[in-house]
Amino acid sequence: MSSTAPAATQRITLFYQDYVGKKVAMALSGVVLFGYVIIHMAGNLQIFAGREQLNAYAQALHANVPLLWIARIVLLLAVGIHFYTGISLAGASRAARPVRYQVKGQRHPNLAGRTMALSGLVLAAFIVFHILHLTTGTVQPAPFADLRPYDNMVNSFRVIPVAGFYVLSVCLLGLHLYHGAWSMFQSVGFNHPRYTPALRRFAAVFAFLLAIGFSVVPIAVLTGMVR
Amino acid sequence: MRLTLNVWRQKGKDDAGGFVKYDVPDVSEHMSFLEMLDVLNQRLILKGEAPVAFDHDCREGICGMCGFMINGQAHGPLRGTTVCQLHMRHYKDGDELWLEPWRAAAFPVVRDLAVDRSAFDKIVAAGGYVSVSTGSAPDGNAIPVPKEIADRAMDAAACIGCGACVASCPNASASLFTGAKIAHLGFLPQGQPERERRALAMVAQMDLEQFGGCTLFGECQDACPKGISIDVIARMNRDYWLSALFSAPPSAGAAASG
Amino acid sequence: MQLDAKIPEGPIEKKWDSHRFHLKLVNPANKRKYTVLVVGTGLAGGSAAATLAELGYNVKSFCIQDSPRRAHSIAAQGGINAAKNYQNDGDSIYRLFYDTVKGGDYRAREANVYRLAQISVNIIDQCVAQGVPFAREYGGALANRSFGGAQVSRTFYARGQTGQQLLLGAYQALERQVQAGKVKMYPRTEMLDLVLIDGKARGIVTRNLVTGKMETHVGDAVVLATGGYGNTFFLSTNAKGSNATAIWRAHKRGALFANPCFTQIHPTCIPVSGDYQSKLTLMSESLRNDGRIWVPKKKGDTRSPDKIPDGERDYYLERRYPSFGNLVPRDVASRAAKAACDEGRGVGPSGLGVYLDFGDAIKRLGQRAIAERYGNLFDMYERITGDDPYKVPMRIYPAIHYTMGGLWVDYNLMSTIPGMYVLGEANFSDHGANRLGASALMQGLADGYFIIPYTIGDYLATTKLAKVEADHAAVKDAEKGVKARLDKLLAAKGSRTVDSFHRELGKLMWESCGMARNKKGLEENLSAIPALKEQFWKDVRVGGAGEEFNNELEKAGRVADYFELAELMCRDALHREESCGGHFREEHQTPDGEARRDDENFAYAAAWEWKGEGEKPELHKEPLQFNEVHLTQRSYK
Ligand SMILES: Cc1cc2nc3c(=O)[nH]c(=O)nc-3n(C[C@H](O)[C@H](O)[C@H](O)COP(=O)(O)OP(=O)(O)OC[C@H]3O[C@@H](n4cnc5c(N)ncnc54)[C@H](O)[C@@H]3O)c2cc1C
Ligand code: HEM
Ligand code: HEM
Ligand code: SF4
Ligand code: F3S
Ligand code: FES
Repeated sequence: MSSTAPAATQRITLFYQDYVGKKVAMALSGVVLFGYVIIHMAGNLQIFAGREQLNAYAQALHANVPLLWIARIVLLLAVGIHFYTGISLAGASRAARPVRYQVKGQRHPNLAGRTMALSGLVLAAFIVFHILHLTTGTVQPAPFADLRPYDNMVNSFRVIPVAGFYVLSVCLLGLHLYHGAWSMFQSVGFNHPRYTPALRRFAAVFAFLLAIGFSVVPIAVLTGMVR
Repeated sequence: MRLTLNVWRQKGKDDAGGFVKYDVPDVSEHMSFLEMLDVLNQRLILKGEAPVAFDHDCREGICGMCGFMINGQAHGPLRGTTVCQLHMRHYKDGDELWLEPWRAAAFPVVRDLAVDRSAFDKIVAAGGYVSVSTGSAPDGNAIPVPKEIADRAMDAAACIGCGACVASCPNASASLFTGAKIAHLGFLPQGQPERERRALAMVAQMDLEQFGGCTLFGECQDACPKGISIDVIARMNRDYWLSALFSAPPSAGAAASG
Repeated sequence: MQLDAKIPEGPIEKKWDSHRFHLKLVNPANKRKYTVLVVGTGLAGGSAAATLAELGYNVKSFCIQDSPRRAHSIAAQGGINAAKNYQNDGDSIYRLFYDTVKGGDYRAREANVYRLAQISVNIIDQCVAQGVPFAREYGGALANRSFGGAQVSRTFYARGQTGQQLLLGAYQALERQVQAGKVKMYPRTEMLDLVLIDGKARGIVTRNLVTGKMETHVGDAVVLATGGYGNTFFLSTNAKGSNATAIWRAHKRGALFANPCFTQIHPTCIPVSGDYQSKLTLMSESLRNDGRIWVPKKKGDTRSPDKIPDGERDYYLERRYPSFGNLVPRDVASRAAKAACDEGRGVGPSGLGVYLDFGDAIKRLGQRAIAERYGNLFDMYERITGDDPYKVPMRIYPAIHYTMGGLWVDYNLMSTIPGMYVLGEANFSDHGANRLGASALMQGLADGYFIIPYTIGDYLATTKLAKVEADHAAVKDAEKGVKARLDKLLAAKGSRTVDSFHRELGKLMWESCGMARNKKGLEENLSAIPALKEQFWKDVRVGGAGEEFNNELEKAGRVADYFELAELMCRDALHREESCGGHFREEHQTPDGEARRDDENFAYAAAWEWKGEGEKPELHKEPLQFNEVHLTQRSYK
């Protein structure tokens, strides 16, 4: 065995070189994103508490500028790491099987697991669109007003394709997390014969709740429940 | 019964291959899959054609030498069964089957259904052992091992190195194989002194051999003839990152003394 | 030729220690100047290669499989014996020694067996330290079971995969040395000839099984650990690739072949199901601890087993051997099964089978307990036969399993060719005429880990070895011979496949040189086999080319050797006018059908010398002395 235990500065880069290191990076960035979407969903659901409540919440969040930017930078980093690493892992996996099977016969019907890269790419596209849409207002399917998310959402989700794209994306997010919220624990090695099966259930429940929690907003607007 | 086989034929590593169709009219339900191929091969030889090359040795599911894809499934459809132990009673008259070699960059085709799995040996050589030279062992009972731990180590140690995990993994990852060895030794007290180095070295080698990464699809554990659980992959990941980030640097004294 | 076994002087328990002290040592700094060629990576070869490399020798290691981890040792299920006496049930080195000599029916060398029993203790320690996951008790101590007719619990095991786990231990030790650069590994490489220079073993000719290219490797000593020759019979429990080629070539180069007719038949195998059958599967002997063996009392009783009431069943082992019952040694159990089937009381479609019934055990202990003990074996049985042994009794029949004979070696494990050592099943050493269960693994590891590392050093330290170049005339000669032979096989282009010849040879051997032998059958074989061999060389069809991956060519070369070896086995069986262990001559039995030994005339190891193509081999005798264990007729009544 070669001598290991390199100097501390080299550790991180060495660590990231091997694929298990990449997996850990995936899981850690995934955890950050996972935490964010939960909070974000909770924030969005305030739409049911009325216009004043939600807009006030948004304004409160933007009031503390340093904190806002710290959060944004962490998020950006997480997305960046997650995106880059996810793509490079997917690339390495393709390279690991240059000649494909002519006949496929998978046994493990793991739809979520098998579509991670695909659901991830759609999510990437969604995030870009979403920020241009509801944060910066660059893309305006409907009139946009700064720091008035309630009005922005109500206005734009009346446009059916926009609402549809949102619902589809958050369903894919659910799918991504149905696998991801379990696998991130395995990536860092949290495994126990007793608790791992429970984690599976936890991931499924959370993924489902997230998908529902996010989609009720556009659906509520569409159906006129929120106006 | 009568079967139609589409067998991947490829002369060597760098040749192009393709499916060739064979009609096997006289299959008995008591034959094993490999015996069925034997019968086909006998006929091919007498016709002056090259027999289908496939690896096999023990024919009782333990040496790990056999293995190819049948209709896209490693070792065929039966759970927990190597292809040498798969019997024809699981097929019915008129079935059409496609036989393909394991496919992975790390497993180049040797000929037809036989592939080169020496990458596995290199992963083990990188650290899949306890460094104890002959003669230096204490009494066997000097190291008590709780039964549950010994059992779990044995579960992981049951891997036969067949490569079905790699073959069936959508990423062609060797994580189940490598994880199994790391778990086997990592469970036991004997394996503790080298636990950190072992995980680092074996994972690094796995990467060097061009296996893909693990996305925890779980296909491998369904294909594994020995039922190795993907729990071993989580253990490997944990051993790896804990060691990578926290293993102690060599002591200055050790460095000085060479 | 005078056979000198080089057995050390002194009391039996001191022989090995004092011998080790007297063996010359190679200076540590000089070890790296020597190269040892180790052929075979089973328990014997793998452990030898690893240990020699640890000591500092350069090792080249060869095997025919794609990885050293797949050597046939991997298939051993039952366990490995050691005289640890952890169970406090009266075991001791002396008792293991005694049991093994007696079990071998007094045809083994006492000094070797004693050493084996001594070393058995270190083997377990070594394997535990390597991380072999042996079965444990709840308190953490090693568990044991009794096995194969032993009256003490001395068998260590790792589920039903003991051989696998021990081999992985050796394989991992070997790979560690590969990584360290001390072992160069040559998988998918078959040894096809031995190279002698100045009368000493100095190299081997090999064929790369992927490219078909011939290669020669030279070194200072050669170690053969290529396993047994049970596949001579075509159907056996051995792996398909197990072969006699390496030892047979060495035999033709001058190594004596000892006791070739001592083959072991294992009583508990899955019966043959059809003529496409390619091998036989062993069901671990441990099944006999709880299963009861029976056949119907009536001849030709075709009722299904559950329809046969207890009173109409013949539990013949319990009846004939009341004190050992179902646990009699392998040879006895096998012959009794054959006798029952010969009487027309066999079961199953072929009539060649007996029941191994767990009905009573399940009633007594519950299905859970039985599943815990034998679950994986039951699953395997069901996979192969389609029957569920929890419900229907298993059907079993004896099959060729192990070969006690092999190349003759002295106490140092050196053959009659200086510098060539033979380890494991490939040599003839420690089992006499019959091997007790769980002792082959022990022998392989004893040879590899603890004997060869000492004895080879003595040879290297005391022998002047000239430097050999790879283009030495003897090397070129051997290469040429090998090539000519392969070309001849390829050129035959006849009308029959290799397997068809092999099957036919196997049948001749099983019928006349199998479980029971007689003069007439053996003499018939002695004319039938050479005739078959001649036909083979004329009429075989191999196909393909020499310089490519060619399975058929590999098989053809091995079968060609089996013909010659089979002839020698029959010759040996014919000359040994007694019954002992696995060798049962119908002419030599007691009135109630038990084997009758002739210690007066046959207490020797028969070592045969090759005299050339078509010549009669010459017999040399190594007399066996029994100073410790007194010669008695074995009785398991
Ligand atoms: C099914 C089965 C179960 C058994 N169970 C038990 C048990 O429970 N307990 C017990 O003690 N014993 C058992 N035995 C017996 C025991 O397993 C063997 O006797 C023992 O493992 C032989 O070990 P070995 O190292 O001598 O040879 P093997 O393990 O047979 O190794 C032979 C090696 O030589 C190589 N080789 C062969 N020919 C060539 C060639 N021409 N050129 C290059 N390389 C070559 C092979 O590649 C292989 O690496 C069992 C045997 C069988 C068949
Ligand atoms: C930017 C777009 C995204 C891409 C391209 C992407 C891609 C991927 C890919 C390819 C994987 C599998 C990695 C592997 O195991 O090989 C993955 C895992 C994961 N993703 Fe994403 N993803 C994206 C967005 C997200 C978002 C928004 C979240 C959470 C809200 C998320 C959470 C996770 C989690 C938790 C995992 C599991 C990590 C692990 O198994 O260790 N991802 N992602
Ligand atoms: C139906 C679902 C969603 C709705 C209605 C929604 C709504 C909003 C709104 C209104 C904003 C603007 C807040 C503000 O600037 O005041 C916003 C910001 C944002 N949303 Fe969403 N969102 C949804 C889903 C998602 C998802 C699935 C993700 C991530 C994968 C996400 C990530 C973000 C990010 C990163 C911002 C920018 C935060 C910032 O830095 O200001 N959103 N979202
Ligand atoms: S983990 Fe399973 S599938 Fe993979 S090599 Fe081992 S036994 Fe084969
Ligand atoms: S299928 Fe492949 S992705 Fe991981 S869990 Fe198994 S190695
Ligand atoms: S041939 Fe050995 S496992 Fe199939």
